[in-house]
Amino acid sequence: MDKWVEACSVDDIEEEDLVRFDHDGRTYAIYRSPENEYFATDGLCTHEQVHLEDGLVMEDVIECPKHNGRFNYKTGQALGAPACVNLKTYPVKVEGSAVYIDVG
Amino acid sequence: MAGVVIVGAGECGVSAAFALRERGYTGSVTLISEEPHLPYERPPLSKASKPTQKLIRSQVEYKRAAIELCLGVRIEALDLSRHILVACDGSSWTYERLLLATGARARLFPGTEGAATLRTFDDACCIFQRLYPGTKLVIIGGGFIGLELAAAARAMDVRVTVIEAAPRLMARAVPAEIAAVVEQRHRAGGVDLRLGTQVTSMMAGGVSTADGSTVQADIVVAGTGAAPNTDLAERAGLALDNGIRVDNRFRTSASDVFAAGDCCSIPHQGGRLRLESWRMAQEQGIHAAASMMGEVDDFSTVPWFWSDQYDLGLQVAGVVASHGITTMRRLSEDAILAFQRDVVGRLICAAGVGPGNRVAKDIRLAEMLIARGTHLSSDQLSDPEVNLKSLLKAA
Repeated sequence: MDKWVEACSVDDIEEEDLVRFDHDGRTYAIYRSPENEYFATDGLCTHEQVHLEDGLVMEDVIECPKHNGRFNYKTGQALGAPACVNLKTYPVKVEGSAVYIDVG
Repeated sequence: MAGVVIVGAGECGVSAAFALRERGYTGSVTLISEEPHLPYERPPLSKASKPTQKLIRSQVEYKRAAIELCLGVRIEALDLSRHILVACDGSSWTYERLLLATGARARLFPGTEGAATLRTFDDACCIFQRLYPGTKLVIIGGGFIGLELAAAARAMDVRVTVIEAAPRLMARAVPAEIAAVVEQRHRAGGVDLRLGTQVTSMMAGGVSTADGSTVQADIVVAGTGAAPNTDLAERAGLALDNGIRVDNRFRTSASDVFAAGDCCSIPHQGGRLRLESWRMAQEQGIHAAASMMGEVDDFSTVPWFWSDQYDLGLQVAGVVASHGITTMRRLSEDAILAFQRDVVGRLICAAGVGPGNRVAKDIRLAEMLIARGTHLSSDQLSDPEVNLKSLLKAA
């Protein structure tokens, strides 16, 4: 079932960067791509449960700040060891200046 | 079919085995480990109060990749001319290509031979099962393993003394400014830090130091560096040079024999470099696998490592120069970066310390700037308003 929640404002995220969003006991990462589109994934790296919020975004890739696990944040795909399990992604929509993600 | 045999199943050997398959190698792959456990990650061992075995890969992944794991096997002899490895129990393997990924072992200085060391899961179990609130722990050596253990032990209310021969902590690996932050944190955390003196002998219940004092101890752990495991290579007649000597493609002095990870030294800026780092072990293993399959690229990955102590995260990219020009950048009250450039202004090293992963993004960007040999001014490096990503894109 859809469950859209407001995660942040469009200006809260720099271009080619991410912010952390916590909701209902879960943590998410919200991304703004170089093309100015918004994406969302689980907040924790699948390798060692480190939060991705301090990670580096380069083009389509988020890199875990701790052990360099890399994921395509648009698809969630893990891009090689030590990250072997994909990141869960969430639908995103922008309405006005607000970014919503579907946590349903 | 003889295929590839890998001796040593740490981060390097395991990475190499899977990299062979990922690159389409179809011959047999045999991974031999002296330890009885499924290959596990070593970095967590010095960072948590309860040792856990975080497996590098699950058992089923080895099966799926058709990697034959031989656990609890110590290789005694290597016959280079016949391409044969022989184990203690007499079993043997022939190889078409051999990768030595034998790692390193703890080094002990005279007078400290009775100290415990921390390299393996079993070592960690031995140490942590003896730590309780109030236990007196003496750690010899203020390097990464010793300091991580100190932080983990303080979290258990253990009484910790760290004795370091150099006048400051982590002298080999990080700039002084970064070490000073870590030193302050340990002192605030209740560690009795004794710098500039060394342990001369151990006796029942304590240690003696060069400055004439004695320190009580229920347990003594030495974190005084590591020596490469080169015995097998040496007996076989391979060239050594602070580890097994390899070229930029991890080829040893013998044909069809490669070495990678902590056990080898690679060419670096006219000299040789032996690294002891989790990610370098992985990267070298992957590169050695490619090299065994005939790929000809030279290894040029910038060294990178991290340490966690208390709430602090420390990261370093590049190799610290003992006499480099250092430029500092303050990211916030509690997070700083230190950059080093060479004489012509190219970035060669970046180190940072801060809470959690605060410095990670900048160190990763610095690593890419180092890899590109980017020239940077001290103004660019010191100003926190100058975005390293924009410097990288402009480079």
